[in-house]
Amino acid sequence: MQRPIATTRSATGIPTGRLAVWWVIASEIVIFGGLLASYLMHRLGHPEFGNYAAYTNTYIGAFNTFVLLTSSLSAVLAHNAAEAKDGVKAAKYLLGTCFGGLVFACVKAYEWNYEISQGFTLTTNAFWSFYYTAAGLHACHVIGGCIIMLILYPDVKKGKELQRVELIGNYWHFVDIVWIFLFPLLYIAK
Amino acid sequence: MSDEHEHHDHTKHYMKIYWILMVLFIISCLGPEIGVKWLTLITAFGIAVVKAYLVAAHFMHLNIEKKYVNYLLLTAVAFMFLFYAGTAPDVMKHSGRQWENVAAQEEVKRALAEAEEGGDHGHH
Repeated sequence: MQRPIATTRSATGIPTGRLAVWWVIASEIVIFGGLLASYLMHRLGHPEFGNYAAYTNTYIGAFNTFVLLTSSLSAVLAHNAAEAKDGVKAAKYLLGTCFGGLVFACVKAYEWNYEISQGFTLTTNAFWSFYYTAAGLHACHVIGGCIIMLILYPDVKKGKELQRVELIGNYWHFVDIVWIFLFPLLYIAK
Repeated sequence: MSDEHEHHDHTKHYMKIYWILMVLFIISCLGPEIGVKWLTLITAFGIAVVKAYLVAAHFMHLNIEKKYVNYLLLTAVAFMFLFYAGTAPDVMKHSGRQWENVAAQEEVKRALAEAEEGGDHGHH
């Protein structure tokens, strides 16, 4: 099978596949940035948001922050192993990262289930609308990242296309950075 | 960086960054517990910026990436600030010299009064 041109071409000084991921991340910054900026201006303009935020569970948010930071470590160790051309080790770390994503998604599901059972839904008020939109969009990215890692896993384990480990890793770190900002905005500022 | 440099094992470096992130994470959780507003802002949001920088620079390797990638990403961040600057005055202020956002004013009044009465936590 012919290798995709993005795998081998490097017209800009870096591999085209990596450049493509940087472009994806740049566009994601605009998407999440717009959402977070909107939330921030509403939070500052509406003092009542602080009362609503008091109902989010800081311990759950903190636990998920710990999980994502740890999964980011696993992702960068996968990249480190891929650089050493150790596909088996890289695949193992990819699975570890994926496990982190799975734990994050399960905790989120439990948290939402509780909040919805308490009557806090997407339409309760503007705060909860922002909360579910921002955290939901982020959770979709976590699930998407996990799916991509599972798709890459068999090839990486065989030592093939190891450059892709870095690409998915960069995406994953970006998802982690988004959560680093979501955590204080939604869980700490009460 | 795969094709450009001879490989060195950076595990120790990544572990060091991870532990720094963990310490910052603990501070960002404990800081707001003290209940001082400016301290909350520094510990929660200031530290978030530092954590994001550490992940971007050391885990995403932006510190050794081509400079134009940094400019590309910073341009996207600049657009976010531009959006904020353009729209925030209308959202954050509820009245001006020749205008008034009555709906927002009433909502703030209603929600704060409800919270004072120990109301229904934001349900309409």
